[in-house]
Amino acid sequence: MKRFIRAAAIAALVVTTNAAAFAAGDDVKNPTAQGWSWDGIFGKFDRAQLQRGFQVYKEVCAACHELRYVSFRNLTEVGFSEAQSKAIAASYEVIDGPNDEGEMFKRPGRLADRIPAPFANEKAARAANNGAAPPNLSLITKARHDGSNYVFSLVSGYEKPPASMKVAEGMNYNPYFPGHQIAMAPPLEDGKVQFADSTAATVKQMASDVTAFLTWAAEPGLEARKRLGFKVMIFLLVLTALFIAAKQKVWRDLH
Amino acid sequence: MSNMQLKNPILRWIEYRLPIFSFLDDSLGSNYPAPKNLNYWWNFGSLAGIALVLQIVTGIVLAMHYVPHVDYAFDSVERIMREVNYGWFLRYLHANGAALFFLVVYVHVFRGLYYGSYKYPREILWWLGIVIMVLMMATAFMGYVLPWGQMSYWAATVITNLFTALPWVGVNITEWLWGGFTVGNPTLNRFFSLHYVLPFAIVGVVFLHLWALHQHKSNNPLGIDIKGPQDTIPFHPYYTYKDLAGLGVFLLVLAAFVFYSPNYMGHPDNYIPANPLQTPAHIVPEWYFLPFYAILRAIPSKLGGVIAMAASIFVLFLLPWIDTSRVRSTKFRPVYRYFFWFLVIDVIVLGIVGAKPPEGIWILVGRLATLYYFVHFIIIMPFVGWFERPLPVPDSIHKPVLVSAGAAAVEAQR
Ligand code: HEC
Ligand code: HEM
Repeated sequence: MKRFIRAAAIAALVVTTNAAAFAAGDDVKNPTAQGWSWDGIFGKFDRAQLQRGFQVYKEVCAACHELRYVSFRNLTEVGFSEAQSKAIAASYEVIDGPNDEGEMFKRPGRLADRIPAPFANEKAARAANNGAAPPNLSLITKARHDGSNYVFSLVSGYEKPPASMKVAEGMNYNPYFPGHQIAMAPPLEDGKVQFADSTAATVKQMASDVTAFLTWAAEPGLEARKRLGFKVMIFLLVLTALFIAAKQKVWRDLH
Repeated sequence: MSNMQLKNPILRWIEYRLPIFSFLDDSLGSNYPAPKNLNYWWNFGSLAGIALVLQIVTGIVLAMHYVPHVDYAFDSVERIMREVNYGWFLRYLHANGAALFFLVVYVHVFRGLYYGSYKYPREILWWLGIVIMVLMMATAFMGYVLPWGQMSYWAATVITNLFTALPWVGVNITEWLWGGFTVGNPTLNRFFSLHYVLPFAIVGVVFLHLWALHQHKSNNPLGIDIKGPQDTIPFHPYYTYKDLAGLGVFLLVLAAFVFYSPNYMGHPDNYIPANPLQTPAHIVPEWYFLPFYAILRAIPSKLGGVIAMAASIFVLFLLPWIDTSRVRSTKFRPVYRYFFWFLVIDVIVLGIVGAKPPEGIWILVGRLATLYYFVHFIIIMPFVGWFERPLPVPDSIHKPVLVSAGAAAVEAQR
């Protein structure tokens, strides 16, 4: 029995270390681990950070990237009041229709609307960005390995290319991006946005704030999941202990 | 047939007309005798049954919200994750539940391998188990296609393309499977239909599996037959409680994944919508298919790979004849014992190879591991069985008195 367990443990270890090593990829620089507020069993988002992150998204990234699955009403979950969310929605123009004349028309956004995409379609996005379409960011932290650290490292990790490398026209050197040449120009520079809470808008600060916001956008239920998880684990631990005790009691009578 | 003494008059009324309570009692109650020496490796059968039920229950609710159309499937899954109450919980249960279902079934199969549970008189029981495993693989493959992410699409493309390797009719069969000239909406629709129905076919085969099990009862760690009532204990309460203890641990592991690492076993690319114009850098199946994937890729020809992969499962059907040992349990097999663990390691190595891009050293490792897999079954098993001298086997489960291997041989060969 002990031998089985030892073998199984070794096997599990081999498999997991190998899986991690594989996922890290070939010559791509590994994202730097940041230690996020939502890590761990009791992880939570920092509402002030989410709101700053939304501001970075809205004022910088939204020029190119859509946030497909997020609606204005969801903004109450990042700590904006309903009135604030309504005001944010109203500051956008959305296309609605057709009206009774059969025409499409523009109107201010409402809570029920999705955050509008910057481009009408993928072709337009591609045309405006040197042939590379900026991806939808609402799932980006789940759609990349080690997603949160990756997004942070990517947007804050642009470097000068090594002398040996010739970066193609319209491309930018980024050691975290597969192939190292990315069509996205460095989106952030110090002071790019003015935070209302007077946090200094350094590149690192904006990068981690927008990463927090995008992590929330990819999984708005993360906090609820961890909260419920803790209760369920406690419940199951007690239940399992009872089952084991009951089993022992039943089997004790057997010679 | 148990002569149940039901106290409750309503139950008695029902039992007189439909003897369902005595049926249950005979099947997994106090009137079903089980060997008294089953260890915890015998928990995995009941766990597999519970995992199947969990998949069906979560799957039916997911299907109420899921839209099987190439333009809406991905969005509908995101809707489940974001808008449907506890939708994320259902989906994570279903996805992680599927993975743990495979883990449980694989342990169950290796349990059978170790204790010789495929030997006389349990051959059909074993075959039905392999049939269940194959049906599960088909089901999980088609389920993985449903969210219509990048891996869904490309896994569907790679796997269905395997059929083109068949001589003459390959392309026709593949197009027939696709319902078109590529993987497309008709493919997604039929995969959904089959993904819904196959689990119920599995339930049917599980019933046959249990029927066969009840005919000769469970094997046991000693691999010797039940000689009489002194060797058995009633399934209930002994094994019902033991199974509950195992269930608790299983649920803890499942919950740890669902709540704290729900995407650990998944692939990030499946959160990118399917794009037929862009092939992912590495197409990798879910971990539970990796050993078979490694065997598929180990053979340099496509048809050869398909045949090897099919053979890696088919060979399991032949085990009752391949294994020439006189005793069932590997516990009493001083030589085969080592080969059993080599096989386990070999399958793990195959799994690792399956996750790697087929380059450099991994090609060689994959070929050697594939070769060893077949050598194990085709050469090692029959020869070790002939030449090995088993350790003395106890006379009975009840009185573990040792007898010579000869007496045990008579028993196992009958
Ligand atoms: C001027 C337009 C533009 C702006 C502004 C912009 N991006 Fe991008 N982004 C792009 C383009 C174009 C790509 C596609 C790059 C490629 O595939 O080479 C991209 C790709 C990305 C990727 C995906 C990289 C990958 O692994 O595929 C991430 C993550 C990203 N951007 C984050 C951001 C964030 C966060 C911001 C705001 C701070 C932002 N971007 C602002 C144009 C932009
Ligand atoms: C043998 C039992 C089953 C297995 C092994 C299984 C496996 C899977 C897998 C691996 C996925 C992909 C999960 C993901 O990555 O998102 C999936 C998805 C799905 N399954 Fe199943 N399943 C089973 C039974 C069922 C049943 C009985 C139903 C319906 C009645 C069902 C309905 C669905 C639906 C709607 C999806 C798509 C939603 C999603 O991707 O989460 N499943 N299944």
